[in-house]
Order: sequence, then structure tokens, then C-alpha cells
Amino acid sequence: MATLLQVKNVTKSFGSVIANNDISFEVAEGEIVALLGENGAGKSTLVKSVFGLVRPDQGEIFIDGNQMAPGDTAAVIASGVGMVHQHFKLVPVMSVTENIILGDEPKNGLFVNVKKAEQKVRELSEKFGLEVDPTANIEDLPVGTQQRVEILKALSKDVRLLIFDEPTAVLTPQETDELILVIKNLAHLGVGVIVITHKLREVMALADRVVVLRDGKVVGTTTPKETNEAGLAQMMVGRSVVLEVEKGVANPGKPVLTVKGLEVFDDRNLRAVKGVDLEVRSGEIFGIAGVEGNGQRELVEAICGMRLRAKGEVLVSGAATKDMHPHAVHEAGVSHIPEDREKHGLVSSYSISDNLILNQFDQAPFARGWFRNMGEIRKNADLLVKKFDIRTTSPAALASSLSGGNKQKVVIARELSQDLQVLIAAQPTRGVDVGSIEFIHKQLISARDNGAGVLLVSAELDEIISLSDRIAVMSAGKIVAIIDSKGADRDYIGRLMAGLDK
Amino acid sequence: MKLVRAWITPLIALVIAFGIGAILMITQGSDPLRAYESLFTTAFSTQEGLAKTFGKATPLAISGLAVVIGLRAGLFNIGAQGQLISGALAAAWAGYAITGLPMIAHVPLCLIIGAIFGSLVGYIAGALKAYRGIHEVITTIMLNSIVLQFAEYLSNGPLKEEGSIIAKTPPIADSAKIGSIAGLPIGFLLSGLLAVGVWWIFKKTTTGFRFETVGKNKNAAWYAGIAVKRNTVFAMVACGALAGFGGAVETLGVVGKFEPAFNQGLGFDGITIALLARANPLAVIPGAILFGGMRGAGPTMQFTAGVSPEIIDLILAIVLFFVTAPIISRIFRLKSDSNAQVTSGWGSN
Repeated sequence: MATLLQVKNVTKSFGSVIANNDISFEVAEGEIVALLGENGAGKSTLVKSVFGLVRPDQGEIFIDGNQMAPGDTAAVIASGVGMVHQHFKLVPVMSVTENIILGDEPKNGLFVNVKKAEQKVRELSEKFGLEVDPTANIEDLPVGTQQRVEILKALSKDVRLLIFDEPTAVLTPQETDELILVIKNLAHLGVGVIVITHKLREVMALADRVVVLRDGKVVGTTTPKETNEAGLAQMMVGRSVVLEVEKGVANPGKPVLTVKGLEVFDDRNLRAVKGVDLEVRSGEIFGIAGVEGNGQRELVEAICGMRLRAKGEVLVSGAATKDMHPHAVHEAGVSHIPEDREKHGLVSSYSISDNLILNQFDQAPFARGWFRNMGEIRKNADLLVKKFDIRTTSPAALASSLSGGNKQKVVIARELSQDLQVLIAAQPTRGVDVGSIEFIHKQLISARDNGAGVLLVSAELDEIISLSDRIAVMSAGKIVAIIDSKGADRDYIGRLMAGLDK
Repeated sequence: MKLVRAWITPLIALVIAFGIGAILMITQGSDPLRAYESLFTTAFSTQEGLAKTFGKATPLAISGLAVVIGLRAGLFNIGAQGQLISGALAAAWAGYAITGLPMIAHVPLCLIIGAIFGSLVGYIAGALKAYRGIHEVITTIMLNSIVLQFAEYLSNGPLKEEGSIIAKTPPIADSAKIGSIAGLPIGFLLSGLLAVGVWWIFKKTTTGFRFETVGKNKNAAWYAGIAVKRNTVFAMVACGALAGFGGAVETLGVVGKFEPAFNQGLGFDGITIALLARANPLAVIPGAILFGGMRGAGPTMQFTAGVSPEIIDLILAIVLFFVTAPIISRIFRLKSDSNAQVTSGWGSN
């Protein structure tokens, strides 16, 4: 098939950092190419160069054999290149149709021809097999559907090469499976696809060809047939990664976290947690598996005092905890790695050292009475940056300057450096690169081995299975089964998650 | 390097503003060089001029600090004007109605009363924001009007000087007046101390850290155990207390009574100065001196170069425009700096 995109010897550096070093690759019509690499490997810079958002220092980019002037985004778009961003560029209060036609509206004189627009959206949606309701408002749609709208928006401009930037970062496993089908269908229709990702399973399921980047260089090109996940991971990080987590035998003690008859409502005031009982013992990792949106988030928030408990109670080492007071729960010995680290875990415009004491800023030794003790704050930061391998130029650097994995390490360092009986880890490795994932997993296990009871919630079933000692499966707001992780059967858990098995 | 970047946007804003002012003067047939020369020599080289400059700078600096506290706590306090008037009137009342006190007691009493009345106005806006979710920009603008009208009513009614034909209170007692030390108004020295105090609170204390955390990320603040609502109210009360204190200083040090025609625009210049200072309390002082000098010496341009003093308003408005809109960093391709947007938007509530 004809070559759509040719990238030849592209080099781009920012200051002393070489983001892309002499990179070449090609995409043909109907081909799915995965750009695989850790955070900071240069994937984003590379596609920005292709898209004209960044001017490469050297190298050439051809689309359909025509050389593109560096930085000429308009010409790139005109040649049929589209992009689906990680963070959707949709207007939440507007309808699906309005979002898709935005900037290119069919008109009736001064007015938008709504009928024609909706017709156009329906045609597109049928042609590519992307089902959406053209009249629905974006904010009412689940994330996976929003992404579908984003894809339709790109396709409405006669796209021949579509770039996906970390498309599954926000999707549930089911939505991910659907997306994989959608992308394959697009390729079948002749669209060239580039997928930026660091998720190995998806690469294996999706790609025709995999281009692996490390430290700004192409370290290899392969196909899913020629390799496996472990092989890809090794190429990505340059050493063999332990995907199977090494952990000793659990040594569970007394219950440290007890949840009794908990009922919680979600933001739309629907009952999201429908009477949950569970018990986490010290020295064990208790995993909660489930498709996202089955009440896990609300359960965690209610336990941590961040959401109203409609019914039931939460005990830490036998003592009741206060509702709606996250700090009081924290003081009772519950450390928490929140799901949304940008919203709850960090103040991104604060330094790393301030973030490391965020919930202890008014306690000794970080404050003496009214005064903050800068010496202790700095000492604490130096210590934790080293201990938790936070990659930064200085503890005084802003948290916003860190990569996702290192931001997460800041949160984990803060939460684990305090006295804790319970650790609640909600999606602890989301948006985190492979190297950091391994480190974070080790930290969770060492918290367990130090006697904490760990409650792990994750959308990654593999993570749950490999880390947990006991696994609870949550479905439709209830815990449908609690099983021992030893010999746990992935398919069986999957069926429980889907609510198929009783 | 960091310091240079913090200063460059305000400096460019000033240069552009003076440049546009110069072009306007030329189109009016005046000589901008002579006008600016007389402006700056009057404001900054004669003893009389300097006294005036510092006098004018005093309330501007204090109201600028009142706005800075808000900005750091994520609040855009447009209400410094109303809080300042409230403090100015209360201090005037305490200055004339209370008699027989020695100066050492009377002056502080008046200042404290001014601060309390300013903080009451701030409290209303803070409480509405914290407990009813009403944006402080709306409430403070409305409170400015309410306070101004109420002050006019009081100074033209219950508190009016007997026999006066215009709206004003009786003059304050001599024991309530504050003067100068070696040509420097004592009020200005106070504003300098306040600037250092505010800087120090944000740099060194848990209170400052609480305010700033609430300002930068409410959710993380709540999660970390900071009472977001209480601190929002508290920050707004602090803003009001400072602005009210500024109004009291103006009453005791300059005006000597309350008269609605005075005090005009002080709180609004404070907003410009706070933004020009990038919400840095220490930078408020040079900003206030510059503004005070231009306000004080503006009228001399009329005599020396035939330029109407309103050109000063224009220049200051252009400064405000360029420090708020991120135009400068766009045009001059400055690296995006994190302080560019000091205020939170409407949606962020």
C-alpha cells in the first residue's frame, strides 16, 4: 500500500535535552503504527513535529511524498492529518453535532443548518461504525463516548492519517476494547493510524507495527507477531522489567480497616455504593477489582472522608472515623493516594518540598507554633526525594515540572512517610511510566510488609491480581465476591466484573 | 534570572504606557520630554515634591497590599475602595467624636477602628463567597457602591459638620493627627512596615501557607485539612482590615476629616499596583511610590508643558491593561511565567 507519511532523520532538542534524535519511520495507508515509549521518551515531541506544532532542528517530513514546511500546521491539516488529543477538546455544554461541526458549520443564511449538520454526523457515524446520539450533550456522555465524538470530529475533515495521543488513558477496559475495534475498522477503511501509548497489552492487540522510542531514539521496530509484552517492555526501558511482581507471603494480622453497611451516593445523586462490608487486615493487600464506574471511586472517597456516607460506618482499628473530614481520617492513620492527584494530591504550583508536607504543614517539626520551619521542610524533602527516587533537578522545583510518574512518587512519598495503619491506593499507577510503576508496586508491598493494611483499587486487572493477597470484585455498587489471589483466574474475575457470574 | 523575568513584564508595560502617553502629547502639540521631565523632577527631586509623593503613595501602598492578600488567597478583591472608605469614615468619626485622649492612645484607637470597619465590609464579601458561593468580584463591586452611598449619607446627615454647606464630617482632634518624621509621612513608614509584615506572613507562617494553598488549589487544601471556607472569610477580612487601615491613615495623616470627594480611586489604583507588583507585597512599595509621584506631580505638567493631568489616568490605565492581559508575553515571546495569571477565572469559583 502507498506510503502516507514519511519521517526522515528528525532531530529536535530543547536546550541541552535531545527530545528526538535522528528519528525515521513511515506509515502506510491502512496501517496502524504504535509509537511506544516511556514518559519522556520523545513520543509527544515527535508527533508534534509531524503535526507542525514543533519545528524540528533537522530532518524532513513527507506526506504523500510532498515535503512539509516545518511548523506549517495548516498545510499538514490540509493534507489530511488529524489528531485525537489525550485531553479532549470538546465544549461540554454543547451537543455532539455542535461540537463536530464547530468551525465548519453548514449554514442557512445567518443560521446554522442544524438538520443538515445532524444528518452529516449520522452519515459519518454510520460510515465508520461509531455510534453516537447527535443530539446528546457532551457533558452527559461517558468518557468513552466523548472520545468517539472527538474521533468523529477528526474524521469529519476527511482525515487520511489519524494520530491518537494516549487514547486509552481515561477509558475503562470495555471502552478500550471498543476503541481497539474502532481503530482497526478505520485502518480497514484505509486510514493510516499512529497510536502513542505506553500500554503494552494494547500495542499487542492493536498495532501492525511498533516503533519503540527510548531517550529520544528509535531503539527498534517490530511487530506484535515477532515479540511479546515482556520483549516490548525490555525494549522500552532497556532492561528486563519484572512484570510479575515479586512479593513474599503475606502475614496478615488484626483488622485495621472495617467498613460496615456503607451506602454512598454519587455526584448525580444516584446510589453508587449499595451496602458494602469489608475488612482489611494489617499486613495484607486487599484489592478491589471492577470495571470503572461501579462504585469504587465513591467507596474510596467515603472511606477517606471525602464524600458523605449515607449509611454505614468506617472503623480504623476499631475506632469510628468522622464523615466528610479527610484530614481527620488521615490523622486516624489512613494514608491515601488519591485517584486524581492533580486535584487532590498536589498543589502543582508549589515546590516539591511543600507538596511533601502538604497535610502536615502545621505540625511539628514542620511548624513551630505559627511559624513554618523551612530547615526541617527542606531536610524532609532532601530525604524523601532520595528515598523515593523522585527525578528532579531540585526539591525547590515546582511540582508541575515533574512527569506523571514523579508527581505520583511525591504523593506516595508524603503518604508513606507518615505513621499509617491503612494505605488506600486508588489507581496508583494511572498515567505513570513503566519504570515508575515497578517502583510504586514495590512501595505498596513494603508498606504491607511494614504492617499496614493496604486497600488497592485499580482498573488494571493485572495489577490487582499480581499485587493483592485477597481480591474483592465490585460490580454495580456491591462486592459480589471476595477470593484469594492465589490461583485467581483472570477469566473468572472478568466474568464477575461484568456481573455475569454469581 | 528568575528576578529578571518577574520584573520584565511590568517594566515593558510601563515603557509602553509612557510611550503611548508621549505619542498622545505630540498629537496635542506638547513636548512629552519636557512634560515627563517636569513630572519626574517635581515628584522625585524636590523636597516638597517628595513629601507629596510619599503622602500620595501611602494609601495606594496599603490598599495595594489589601489586594495582594486577596490575590494570593485566590480572591480578586475589587472592594478595596469600599473597605477603604469605610475605614476612612470610621476613623474620622473616632477622631472627632472621641476627645481628651493623649495622642499615643488616640491615633492607634482611630487606626484600629478604621481597620475594624474595613474588615466588616470585607467580611460580608468573604462570607457570601464562602457560604453562598457568590463570586467576590460581584459582591465587592456592589459593596463599593453601597459603602460609598452610605458614607455620603452619613457625612451629609448624622455625622455632618454643623454649619457646613458641603458633605463632610467635623475635623478630627489634634490628638488624632499623624504627621511626618524628617519629611517622611509616618503613614508611609507604616505602609512599609505593613508590606514587610505581609511578605513575612506569606513567607514564614502557617496562616500565609493556608491562604496560599486555598488560593492555588482548593481541593488539595481541603484534602490536606485546611478549612477552605473559614480561610476564605479570614483572607477577605484581612484584605478589608488593611484597606480600612489605609483609609484611616489617609484620614488622620492627610485629609483630617471625612469628605466623600477625597479618597476617590485610591482602592482602584491599589488594584493596578497589586497586579503590577505581581502580587508580591514588597514590590507594592516601589509601585505605590511611582503611582504616588505621578498622581502628586501630574498637575505640574499643565504649567510646564501644557499637558492636561488626565494623561496620568490614561497612562495608569494602559499600565493596568498591559499587566492584566497576557499581551506582553505574547508579543515579546517571553517564556510563559507561572505568575502571569494571578487571578482565578469565573468558572473556577
